[in-house]
Amino acid sequence: MTDATFIPADRPFVRAAMLAPEPPPAAVAGFSGWARANLFSGPFNTLLTLVCAAGAAYVAWVLVDFMALRAVWTGANREACVAPGTGACWPFITARFGQLLYGFYPADQHWRPAAVFFVAVALIAPLLIPSAPHKKLNALLFFVAFPIFAFVMLRGGLFGLRPVETRAWGGLLVTLVVATTGIVASLPLGVLLALGRRSKLPLIRFLSIAFIEFWRGVPLITVLFFATYMLPLFLPSGWTIDGLLRALVGVALFSAAYMAEVVRGGLQAIPKGQYEGAQALGLRYWPMMLLIVLPQALKLVIPGIVNTFIGLFKDTTLVAIVSIFDFLGIIRAGFADPNWATPVTVYTGFAFAGVVYFIFCYGMSRYSRFVEERLDTGHKR
Amino acid sequence: MAITHDGPPAGTPVKASGSIWSNEKTRGWIAQGAIGGLAALLVGVMVWNAQDNLASQRIASGFGFLSQTAGFGINQTLVEYSETSTYARALLVGLLNTLAVAVVGIVFATIFGFLVGIGRLSKNWMVRQVCTAYVEVTRNLPLLFHVLFWYLAVLAAMPPARQSYSIFGEIYINNRGVYIPKLIFGEGSGVGLVALIVAIVGVAILKKWATARQMRTGQPFPVLWTSLALLIGLPFLALAAAGFPVTVEEPALKGFNFAGGARLLPEFAALTIALSIYTGGFIAEIVRAGIKAVSRGQSEAAASLGLKPGLATRLVIIPQALRVMVPPLTSQYLNLTKNSSLAAFIGYPELVQVFAGTTLNQTGQAIEIIAITMGCYLIISLVTSAFMNWYNRRVALVER
Repeated sequence: MTDATFIPADRPFVRAAMLAPEPPPAAVAGFSGWARANLFSGPFNTLLTLVCAAGAAYVAWVLVDFMALRAVWTGANREACVAPGTGACWPFITARFGQLLYGFYPADQHWRPAAVFFVAVALIAPLLIPSAPHKKLNALLFFVAFPIFAFVMLRGGLFGLRPVETRAWGGLLVTLVVATTGIVASLPLGVLLALGRRSKLPLIRFLSIAFIEFWRGVPLITVLFFATYMLPLFLPSGWTIDGLLRALVGVALFSAAYMAEVVRGGLQAIPKGQYEGAQALGLRYWPMMLLIVLPQALKLVIPGIVNTFIGLFKDTTLVAIVSIFDFLGIIRAGFADPNWATPVTVYTGFAFAGVVYFIFCYGMSRYSRFVEERLDTGHKR
Repeated sequence: MAITHDGPPAGTPVKASGSIWSNEKTRGWIAQGAIGGLAALLVGVMVWNAQDNLASQRIASGFGFLSQTAGFGINQTLVEYSETSTYARALLVGLLNTLAVAVVGIVFATIFGFLVGIGRLSKNWMVRQVCTAYVEVTRNLPLLFHVLFWYLAVLAAMPPARQSYSIFGEIYINNRGVYIPKLIFGEGSGVGLVALIVAIVGVAILKKWATARQMRTGQPFPVLWTSLALLIGLPFLALAAAGFPVTVEEPALKGFNFAGGARLLPEFAALTIALSIYTGGFIAEIVRAGIKAVSRGQSEAAASLGLKPGLATRLVIIPQALRVMVPPLTSQYLNLTKNSSLAAFIGYPELVQVFAGTTLNQTGQAIEIIAITMGCYLIISLVTSAFMNWYNRRVALVER
């Protein structure tokens, strides 16, 4: 039965059948409608759009022009890049590529750090993919077995491997060693400190708070100075510790304090019922923490841990202050090389360093966002 | 069916078993004793070793060196300093230079951060994309990269003094730094200062009166414009009455260099620009999160009460967004202050460069010098967080 049945015959202006809907006016539909609403919705907005577009186009053009269009791709020394108007001098990078990756690590031993890189990737990748199986074994391998393997491989002196002093390490190798050691050492330390800070025992709470606030209150550079100049004085006379190891101790203590705050955030997010439930089952403090609370809390703060790692990765550049040549440090050292002294060397170095750091950090931050979205269940608005 | 269990019937007091490990309190005391003892032992061993090492390496100890002559020059000093000044004076100069970078950096980082953060929420697609690109690029590159880039790639590439870039003929930029006009306060400029203080007191009283009046009668008073008029007008009138004792000294090219005006070191410029741009990216994210945290219902409720969009933003949205933004903003400001220590890489004479660098090299007293340097940063951190906590309490939500 349609409505038309009830329309009296003496009211002919009432429409009996609906017209087909008209397409929206051109001004609000399609690309032009979208552009009108989003880009040109008034004189001020139009101006903003044009200024931003011009600025973005200019920056993009400068980058493409310098890094690709005017760039020099091959050459043996500075002669290739001294012509006026040349762009990036890529042979400067390719000629030093081995150094950028491994520093002054002996060239015939480069397979060792390369092997460590591959094992690291093979262990980290399944750890980061949520659906990959055997997480526990994987984590155990990465956090316990891998550091030992990496140490033996890189340092040498065992199993017939030629010893390589840490002074010869450099480049991306040092950047990754410092960042990875920082995170592997700071995670357990940070968990202990976070538990200490929430402990009911006043002395332990006080010591944890003092430790955390102290390291968070000072810049990393002073920590590195502390580790390099002050730490040796606190050791029995006659003991010397390796320069890289000193920096690693400093970085580990520093990042442990930051990690502790991240973990504390996770502990605070666990509802009280979980603690009470564990206690009702008769669990004491450590079983309760290890079996019930920490697994949930750590899962919650994976994005925070990744963010701390990004910060740590960026902060590794500071070890250059205590004469350790990390990736940026070794690029900077290349600026002084007379073989490659050209007007564009500095810009080339910065362009390459910028791209590499951006790829690493952006990749990690995308990952942390992915985990955040995966964990964010039920609070979507 | 009755439930059978082996435990004592309800109400029976549980008797502690013999082992001390079953008593939670005792366990706590034992744990604290062990940790405290371990910490004390560690500190003891460290002190003992340090004494031993200092004696065997013949390094002086104590803070006596602070009153010795420093003997090195510093190329940016906010207070009087010369090569014959003491190490303590050098420490003060370094600390003030750190604070100078921190204050200027915080101001610019806040401006960048708010502009970009609001831009990321803009309805304009182009603005949104540009702001997102800014945030991603600045946050995903190391700060040292920013600092070195501005210092080595941008400022070092500036032209020599004779071909300086000029901005309106007042500011000159070349490879020796940035030259800006300097205000010279002549005899009798104290009147202006007094007038400024009077104006500040006046504004405080005006604000109180206007609030009281609005509470009583509902009549708003244009406090902002009257305050601005008072703050600018009163000192201006006072100086006019005194016959303008303040003169402007403009930088001018004399031979191969500039004379007159104030010079900002290229190191200072590079560090400030890098810190502001880097921290600005982080502040932008905080601003965006803060504004997004205020629920839509708030702006709708403000609109239904008849508030215009501008008033709704100022009276309803911003105060609530600030509440979310203050704690992370504080930590960004502190980060910026601590990150100013990257000056050590480019040779800007701040706390770390002057004290943990030059002074440490000259005296070799690592323990005292690094302790003082760390102490300075700790004090700055603690004072800032105390102030921001106070502010945070003021703007915090008062719940029933």
